[in-house]
Amino acid sequence: MTATPAERRVTRASAVPDVPAFDTAGLDAPVREALAELLLTMADDEFVLGFWDSEWTGIAPMLEEDVAFSSLAQDELGHARVLYEMLAQLTGGDADAIAFGRPVDGYRHCRLLDHPRTDWAFSVARRWLYDTADAVRLGALRRSSFAPLAEVVAKIRREETYHLMHMDVWLRRLAGGGEEPRRRLEDALAKLWPDALSPFAPLAGEHALLEAGILGQPMAELAERHLAQATATLAGLGIALAGGRVTGSPPSTVDGRDRAVPAESFRWLWNEFTMVHRSEEGATW
Amino acid sequence: MSAPISAVPLEQAVWAALADVHDPEIPVISVVDLGVVRRVEVAPGRVRVELLPTFVGCPAVDLMRSAVEERLQGFAPDVEATVTFAEPWTSERITPEGRRRLRESGFGPPPPERPELSALDPAGSDTQPDRLLPLLPVGECPYCGSRATTLENGFGPTLCRAIYHCTACRQPFEQFKQV
Repeated sequence: MTATPAERRVTRASAVPDVPAFDTAGLDAPVREALAELLLTMADDEFVLGFWDSEWTGIAPMLEEDVAFSSLAQDELGHARVLYEMLAQLTGGDADAIAFGRPVDGYRHCRLLDHPRTDWAFSVARRWLYDTADAVRLGALRRSSFAPLAEVVAKIRREETYHLMHMDVWLRRLAGGGEEPRRRLEDALAKLWPDALSPFAPLAGEHALLEAGILGQPMAELAERHLAQATATLAGLGIALAGGRVTGSPPSTVDGRDRAVPAESFRWLWNEFTMVHRSEEGATW
Repeated sequence: MSAPISAVPLEQAVWAALADVHDPEIPVISVVDLGVVRRVEVAPGRVRVELLPTFVGCPAVDLMRSAVEERLQGFAPDVEATVTFAEPWTSERITPEGRRRLRESGFGPPPPERPELSALDPAGSDTQPDRLLPLLPVGECPYCGSRATTLENGFGPTLCRAIYHCTACRQPFEQFKQV
């Protein structure tokens, strides 16, 4: 029986991943395990952020931002997809199953992404914090000895530049936008600041990644660099982080909740984004 | 839409055929003029085509891949198009013909020079606090050619498009994003 072009396309699309095949023979077990952890945490970060972004589709405060946040969401899900596919190839799993088939407490996104969408200022503050952190993390991977990752990172960084640029404009707009926007921004930063370094929570296999040259610098070093950058930008906007309203507890990468126990808000989001997958498991279309 | 004439070298015929395959999101431009085709490899009985996605999350990649394979049916018993990130697709890859076609249909072509990605370039400068952000990408008005434009929104109707406004002729326009 001959398949119609449409049928062929669906089969083809699900059978062939968007990442080229790579050779994992040169990676010994501890390195492979550490790399899998790194890929999973990065993919989960992008995936979860993409879904939070998509929560603005249709209800953003202005049409331009509706378009922008929907596009940001699509970018992040695209990045997550490639990272999940790479992970699936590494571990012999299936990218869709990893993305949608895990229980709610199986996700490893950072704490910064464990807060609900909240208001516009909150989403801007969180995205700005995440994007500045992500730029640092991607910088530490661009010369990764694991070539498939270095290649994808080179591409992702060019896209993330637009994200960071966009969020930087919004951060400045809210900071200088009068009493209420400023207050909302500061409230959001106060709430998020303790989790500002959480994208750099230590990885179990970090030593192996550093030894193998897969990760350029230790997470602790990246966290410090991010902290210095974020603090400098905020100080430039007159947002004091020491003694000002924004200092609640100081940011830390470690507090026992690192990439482990999801908050109630994430349970709600997980329920949303896995709903279709759970309704008919194993379905293809 | 026919199999290659034997007098024409197969590789050249494949490139010519690929000029018939268009970007599903911006159909005025072919995958060749868009710079998406990285490489064509021809061996006895087989043809391989490597494609570079314009954006990592581009939903048109699967369509392009199957459209390329469909167009090349009959060129060899074994035809395969694959996606690769071996080098990043950049907006410099769009050919002069591609730029002309974009302009004619009201899309700003991305300026041919590489954007000033100071933050992303390999000198290690991206780790300095004030160098995280690159310079703004340049917009070129498809109507009057002016570069006196402002970026209104880095995000447009598809991942690869941004919205600009031309201060010279006062037209809003979409530009293929400079990356």
